[in-house]
Amino acid sequence: MLIPLLQGLKLTFSYFLKKKITLQYPDEKWDVAARWRGRHMLTRHASGKIKCVACMLCATVCPAECIYIESATEPDGRRYPERYEIDLTRCIFCGYCVEACPKEAIEMTTAYEISEYSRADLQYDKERLLEPPTPRYELKKKAG
Amino acid sequence: MESAFPVLLVVIKTLIVLGAILTFVAYLTLIERKVLGWIQVRIGPNRVGPWGLLQPLADGAKLLLKEEITVSSANRVVYIAAPLIVVVCALIPFAVIPFAKGLGLESVLGPIASKFNLNTGVVADINLGVLYIFGISSLGVYGVILGGWASNSKYSLLGSIRAAAQMISYELGLSLSVVGVLMLAGSLSLVQIVEAQDSVYKWFVFRQPLGFLLFLIAGSAEIARTPFDLMECENELVAGYQTEYSSMKFGLFYLGEYAHLLFLSSMMTTLFFGGWQGPILPPIVWFLGKTFFFVFVFVWIRGTYPRLRYDRVMQFGWKTLLPVGLFNVMATAFVYTLWLKYVS
Repeated sequence: MLIPLLQGLKLTFSYFLKKKITLQYPDEKWDVAARWRGRHMLTRHASGKIKCVACMLCATVCPAECIYIESATEPDGRRYPERYEIDLTRCIFCGYCVEACPKEAIEMTTAYEISEYSRADLQYDKERLLEPPTPRYELKKKAG
Repeated sequence: MESAFPVLLVVIKTLIVLGAILTFVAYLTLIERKVLGWIQVRIGPNRVGPWGLLQPLADGAKLLLKEEITVSSANRVVYIAAPLIVVVCALIPFAVIPFAKGLGLESVLGPIASKFNLNTGVVADINLGVLYIFGISSLGVYGVILGGWASNSKYSLLGSIRAAAQMISYELGLSLSVVGVLMLAGSLSLVQIVEAQDSVYKWFVFRQPLGFLLFLIAGSAEIARTPFDLMECENELVAGYQTEYSSMKFGLFYLGEYAHLLFLSSMMTTLFFGGWQGPILPPIVWFLGKTFFFVFVFVWIRGTYPRLRYDRVMQFGWKTLLPVGLFNVMATAFVYTLWLKYVS
């Protein structure tokens, strides 16, 4: 009867001496996977033109209905998004928009620190989506 | 003036001991959280001060600043008195625990030192020390039961009923486990019990191993530590008798709980591990070292075992602990009598 009790104590003592796995979050960061579904980003051609042709596939497939697009036409007949807005308060980061896009115009970055103090700041417009996300903290130690 | 001076010194000595105990009790919370954290492969508190060392201060300040709530249907007088009873009953047994041999005050104070017991490393050397301790710790049940009843809440009442039933049943086992030690030491005074264990092989843990085991189990049930913490069973009773308490009244209950833990550890040191006795290092270091080792053991036990079911706890107390305790008393008496008659 006593031996299993002692075995339990032995096990917890071995954990007591083990290296701790806690990640001191704001000081240390998780190194997320390359395919991490973080904040969206609109991509450009090498010429600098936006890749998006405003086909509305992403807005259609989006289960949270958080993408809003207004299309316009260039003089040469090529369509482009006049407005492209993602409401991150509604986005569920499923990545369907990226899968649906025939032009690889929308991608997901690894940025996961995207919280804001106001909801309005989470309504991303075209200009903000075209900018690659900047990390808020410097990476000190890679864990994982 | 001549008569007031020694009294003042006694008061100062008592206050120093009390202050030390309260500091240790505050840091027990940090030790508990750290050790539990390490057992769970976490780090534990480390944000307040270096290594989390200021955490107890922050906790205390937070508790003091919390809103003081008295439940409207509570019996006010009893409601306020209950935490005080718990704390007082948890702190005054420390008076009889010897923590050192002598304090070396004879050269400073002269004859007054020995006349008023200032030099001994104990606040009050009562010759019925063990009896006094059991008496006081039984009184502690009143604080718990009154707190639970005065809150006028079903969870509190259930918790305090459980607490009272458990404490009363395990008190028997606890007392019986000590009887063997008392027989061997031939005294109820804790100072003399420590003096009887002047070398390692005379430590009562080697002469009373069963008694020690019973004391460990009954003790952790008595102070309601984890395998036996049914009275504050979070998942069925919210937090037992202290559910309706807030702010410093809640803090006082916790103070009492941790003071009990420290007290039980120092009792184990005193009764079974030779108290302040030990080579080379000063006695106070030995005493504190052994005491905190037992504090660690209790936290370790908490980090290992799940909570027992209520009926199993009562069954274990009455049907296992009590008979084994009685057997231990009988066997000790039998062997000791034969030993006195034929061997020594």
